[in-house]
Amino acid sequence: MNLANYLTSALAAIRLNAMRSILTALGVIIGVASVIVMSAIGSGARQEVERSISRLGTNMLTISPGSSRSGRSRGGAGTATPLSEDDMDAIADRIAGVSAVTGSLSINAPIIYGNKNWTTSVTGTSASFPEVRDWEVDEGYYFTPEQVQRGAKVAVLGSSVVREVFGGASTIGERIRIAGAPFEVIGVMKTRGQAGGFRDQDDIVLIPLSTARARLAGQNATVPNQAGSILVKVGDAGDLAAAEEDIVDLLRQRRRIRTGMQDDFRVRNVAEIVQARTAAQQTLTWLLAATAAISLIVGGIGIMNIMLVSVTERTREIGLRMAVGARKRDILAQFLTEAIVLCIAGGLIGLALGVGATYAIAFLAGWPVLVSGTVIAVGIGASAFVGVVFGYVPARQAAHLNPIDALRYE
Amino acid sequence: MTSMPESAQLTRNPPPVVSCRDLTKSYAMGEQALQVLRGVSFDVKPGEFVAIMGPSGSGKSTLLNLIGALDTPTTGSLSIAGTDVGGLDDDELAHLRNRVIGFVFQQFNLLRRTSALENVKMPLLYSRTPAKDADAVAAQRLVAVGLGDRQGHTAAQLSGGQQQRVAIARALVTSPQLILADEPTGALDTKTSKDIMDLFTQLHRDGMTIIMVTHEAEVADYAERLLRFRDGLLVDDIRQTPKAMP
Repeated sequence: MNLANYLTSALAAIRLNAMRSILTALGVIIGVASVIVMSAIGSGARQEVERSISRLGTNMLTISPGSSRSGRSRGGAGTATPLSEDDMDAIADRIAGVSAVTGSLSINAPIIYGNKNWTTSVTGTSASFPEVRDWEVDEGYYFTPEQVQRGAKVAVLGSSVVREVFGGASTIGERIRIAGAPFEVIGVMKTRGQAGGFRDQDDIVLIPLSTARARLAGQNATVPNQAGSILVKVGDAGDLAAAEEDIVDLLRQRRRIRTGMQDDFRVRNVAEIVQARTAAQQTLTWLLAATAAISLIVGGIGIMNIMLVSVTERTREIGLRMAVGARKRDILAQFLTEAIVLCIAGGLIGLALGVGATYAIAFLAGWPVLVSGTVIAVGIGASAFVGVVFGYVPARQAAHLNPIDALRYE
Repeated sequence: MTSMPESAQLTRNPPPVVSCRDLTKSYAMGEQALQVLRGVSFDVKPGEFVAIMGPSGSGKSTLLNLIGALDTPTTGSLSIAGTDVGGLDDDELAHLRNRVIGFVFQQFNLLRRTSALENVKMPLLYSRTPAKDADAVAAQRLVAVGLGDRQGHTAAQLSGGQQQRVAIARALVTSPQLILADEPTGALDTKTSKDIMDLFTQLHRDGMTIIMVTHEAEVADYAERLLRFRDGLLVDDIRQTPKAMP
């Protein structure tokens, strides 16, 4: 027999037991659909993380004050001496490869516009913040070094704040109150979206660092010009490691940390943070894939079960085929083809259902999803693979029947 | 056991379709070996119509399985259409069954929900016959057995006699040299049995070699030669005048 004969015969056999075939294929249908849905969600989440890497900027270092120490007791994160604008300047002047530096002093504070009220992260920065974060102004302008110098009461809004407080209308020139003080809105930042799916980066109000210090953070007795965290942009990602080392040395020196003592500040690069998140995401993807694989295996067992029944039911037919000249491999191929056709048909239906379900989930739950060609190929490939693996045992059993016994089988 | 009195003249005759010499077949039954055939020798010449009779356990079914290349002998030699069956592997046996032998069974063994034409075509699927030729040959064989107008009917829609005709058309479809019939009328009534035997007689007159196992004397009467088996041995080899068609 040739392939066309095997296919014809397989399709005929499947049609003769239409109901049973559909029920049998249901396992594979559900298995493949879950493979598609699970991997679409998994790769959607991963793609989101990857996108957030580029959003955050991979060649950025974040320096934040660590825990304070007095004797044996240690304070929590951020309790050490704050970082100052002097530290910023020192980094900008003395570290090779640094292209821009900004402070970032964040306080959660309510902002009021008309009768609207919204609590958000109010962040004091230098004028170089857009450059450090690779984040452009969409509308209006970012405050200038001169405005930062004199502590101007101006604000640049993130797009989520515009949506929540102004309902999306134009906001330039409007006045809002932050922690009771009036501010003029001078700009709106471009939309950045979720950072790794956890935090809305656009839910932010940016004001000059000096203003934030004076109006919101309150004066720190030891460091009058505190800068919060310091964000450093390194011009070339290749210089990142060297710059990180140099900054640690510089700050230890400036903060008079003796050899052998631990740093009381932390330098992190975005890549590390994102790597940790990607690893967590990867674990999730594997979990989802394992779940899907299990349901596919269960589907395969269903196929095997029904093929074994089919071989038993058709014992006389097998005997007859052998008597009229079918070789062992003809019988093997016939039953294997039947199992594979059943699985691939199930796989195609499962693919359609899976893609539909994926977009339904994306629409209803708002999760990021990604149906890639690879996912589809894997779904179909997996169902064919299941057909071969679970179809082989029944097909082999059929091929090894003794023609004399098979012909007499009642 | 039969002697071969005409052996001197055999050289001038065409070679036999079936030739057995001291054929034995035994099956392992636990520790013991059960000997079903205990040394059988005979020849069947081209065009002969042979009936095999014997009580159950006489070895006639085992002999038919051997001649049908469904099984291989324990000792002795068996050649079918000049091929020694003893040395063949599974694939070669399958090839022999496909090209040289046509089977007719008591229970017809048709695929019930498949059309008559597809049933007849089945052996051609295993002989790499192009699909178009296969259709044409199968249709022609159905006409030959008088079912030219029933091609599209499924086996389940046909009467017992018609089903056996389809089975005979199937046995003929690869133009075999030998038809093996195992109780071909065992599942049919008297009238239909007669029709089927008339069809075999017709095939015989057209020159087909036929070996038929039966336990009905009336059916055996249609053959021109009768082999009787008992306890694994050939006990009688009788030439007879076949019952003619009316």
